[in-house]
Amino acid sequence: MAFRVLVGVKRVIDYAVKVRVKPDKSGVVTDGVKHSMNPFCEIALEEAVRLKEKSLASEVIAVSCGPQQCQEVIRTALAIGADRGIHVEVPANDELGPLQVSKVFAALVKKEDVGLVLLGKQAIDDDCNQTGQMIAGLLDWSQGTFVSEMTVEGETLKVVREVDGGLETVRLKLPSVITADLRLNEPRYATLPNIMKAKKKRLDVLKIKDLGVELSPRFQVLSIDEPPQREAGVTVESTADLVKKLKEIGKI
Amino acid sequence: MLRLVRPGLHLTRGHRALQAVPDTLAAALDRVVGSTNVSVSDTARWQHGQDESIHPCCPPDVVVWPQNVEEVSTCARLCHEQHVPMIPFGTGTGLEGGVSAPQGGVCFDLSAMADVVIVHPEDQDATVQSGVTRSKLNHEIASSGLTFPVDPGADASLCGMVATAASGTNAVRYGTMRHNTLNLEVVLADGRIMNTAGKDCRARKSAAGYDLTSLFVGSEGTLGFITQATLHLHALPEGSMVAVCPFPSVRAAVDATVDILHSCVPIARIEFLDKDMMTACQQHSGLDMIESPTLFLEFHGSPGSLRDQVKTTEDIVKDHGGMEFNWAQEQETKNKLWKARHDALYAIRSLHPGWKCYVTDVCVPISQLPEVILATQDDLKASGLIGPIVGHVGDGNFHCLVLMDPSKAGSGEAVHAFSTRLAKRALAVGGTCTGEHGIGLGKRDLLASERSESVGRRDVSAADWWWAAAISSDGPIMGPRGSVQKSEPQEAREELPECRVRRLAVRGTA
Repeated sequence: MAFRVLVGVKRVIDYAVKVRVKPDKSGVVTDGVKHSMNPFCEIALEEAVRLKEKSLASEVIAVSCGPQQCQEVIRTALAIGADRGIHVEVPANDELGPLQVSKVFAALVKKEDVGLVLLGKQAIDDDCNQTGQMIAGLLDWSQGTFVSEMTVEGETLKVVREVDGGLETVRLKLPSVITADLRLNEPRYATLPNIMKAKKKRLDVLKIKDLGVELSPRFQVLSIDEPPQREAGVTVESTADLVKKLKEIGKI
Repeated sequence: MLRLVRPGLHLTRGHRALQAVPDTLAAALDRVVGSTNVSVSDTARWQHGQDESIHPCCPPDVVVWPQNVEEVSTCARLCHEQHVPMIPFGTGTGLEGGVSAPQGGVCFDLSAMADVVIVHPEDQDATVQSGVTRSKLNHEIASSGLTFPVDPGADASLCGMVATAASGTNAVRYGTMRHNTLNLEVVLADGRIMNTAGKDCRARKSAAGYDLTSLFVGSEGTLGFITQATLHLHALPEGSMVAVCPFPSVRAAVDATVDILHSCVPIARIEFLDKDMMTACQQHSGLDMIESPTLFLEFHGSPGSLRDQVKTTEDIVKDHGGMEFNWAQEQETKNKLWKARHDALYAIRSLHPGWKCYVTDVCVPISQLPEVILATQDDLKASGLIGPIVGHVGDGNFHCLVLMDPSKAGSGEAVHAFSTRLAKRALAVGGTCTGEHGIGLGKRDLLASERSESVGRRDVSAADWWWAAAISSDGPIMGPRGSVQKSEPQEAREELPECRVRRLAVRGTA
């Protein structure tokens, strides 16, 4: 039985950009900086599109929460193969953390009659690694996180998870929440003809209040600092000097 | 009478260094780029004196890292005034010793200037600085559905690829650097900054004046520093498929190639690997394929077009005795296959760790390919050399990766003799001694053979002619199209004339 898939796609600073901390330490510089889809979201989206190609999924919906610019990422998702998009509009200055996003997704799951939620395992800007798990908790659904392999078998999913000790294989009863790890697949690029076609695909814009979600933040960022500057090394002339220096700095 | 005025082009090859780099110059360079961007340390010099070829390291005397084109210009002028050789350096991934400094001098490492200056997705062009590599550009433009398909094995800098007229597996359909370079910002030896097609020009084609852009493509650092390139981008294919076809013999595989091209299949990639190369790739990259002469193919197009292309090609492959036609569409399979192909050099080197690997690069008319490859394989056997063959057979270009045991006396000479015979074999059928790697250190004699009819036998004959045309008052009808900006600090400088037109007598008029 083909199910509807909800894919989360987050707009983040591009992974190749050198991130700079704002002078007032309240955050990082985002103005004029290249943004793109979170790499793990790309992997999740690729998996969803492949499910659709195998006729295991009936529809792929790409969802993004945030300010107006999120629609660029949704359009990319449509170009890669999502059928339609939902932009949950949140003003740029409002705090949006995993708890709020997972409440949004839980509401959308009910609204859209979704059978599978696919997300990246974490976003490369905050590295929270919480949204998928929270969605499963809110919905009381099974979850498979850090997934590197996924197979649909009837009403269940067999997934291989990358864990510290190695690879863990679990069977989940659908409906489920899956978070994608790096080795799940190699995502395709959006091609020009598909970018053109994506302009005509449906993109709905919703307000977060419409989904009954409150935005009151649960935590406050106190400060953001750059990592300490790497100090210049010291050249020594001989092994004896090296040993002497190491003793001086208390390393041996 | 043409007065040849050459404004002191100081080249790294064919010219003796007049002196080692004087301290005054090193100090002056320090003042221009700052002490963190100049080095005389052994490590920095050693790193900048070699590339991925077998040529031994010839380190420069000084390495500078200019941060912008004005610094390149000032440093060039300083070196020029002191008659010190200058060597441009991109990523050091060349295969012909192009960055080595046999006469010493100053190496300009241009990697600090690494911005993608601007991308025009609607016009499919991008302008990049000298430090931008092809993977960086492709990452930048992928979200627009665009790609820069010239893909030599290494992740080279794009301006370095311009300097060596680089090519790759996609050339058969998308062309080489020569076809995809629209404009260049260059710094001449005396420090003048110039745009070869005119400032900010990014027209796809032009008939305005001499094509200086083409002159710089493949000039291997002998005409100036390439600090910025405007490149033509292509659309990512709507769909793509790869196929792997083993054949019972080299002739069958190469004949099939010729037929596929003659059938007007718009093939995107058609690569040949001989049996030894397949064996090496299997071991190195963990492939699971038949070890025999093989074609790796890639088709680009819409789903309908892909079906037609594959059908036509499959029939041709069968006609030539192809043993299998294994095709795949998944991204992972395609990436794995092409990575294995791109890693060919490393695969060969890993067969005999510690040995050197010399790469040949002849390119011949396609109809001559079967004979030339077969004769080359016979020569390898007769010479007792190990030289697996891999090649862009769609362009008539193939590489022998010849292994050389450095501890064995005479091995260098044997390889050199083999590669000279191969080059002459190619020249005899209307080919060239180097399809994409360049002349570098090792092929100057071959260039002389290839161009023996040129005015003068020096490889700078083109430059001499250009300067003569540009500067002499008895020059030809038009001056070069490129516009020259004065470099800083401002000094009275000889301007290259722009589009100076000398009226011809019209037949029938006075």
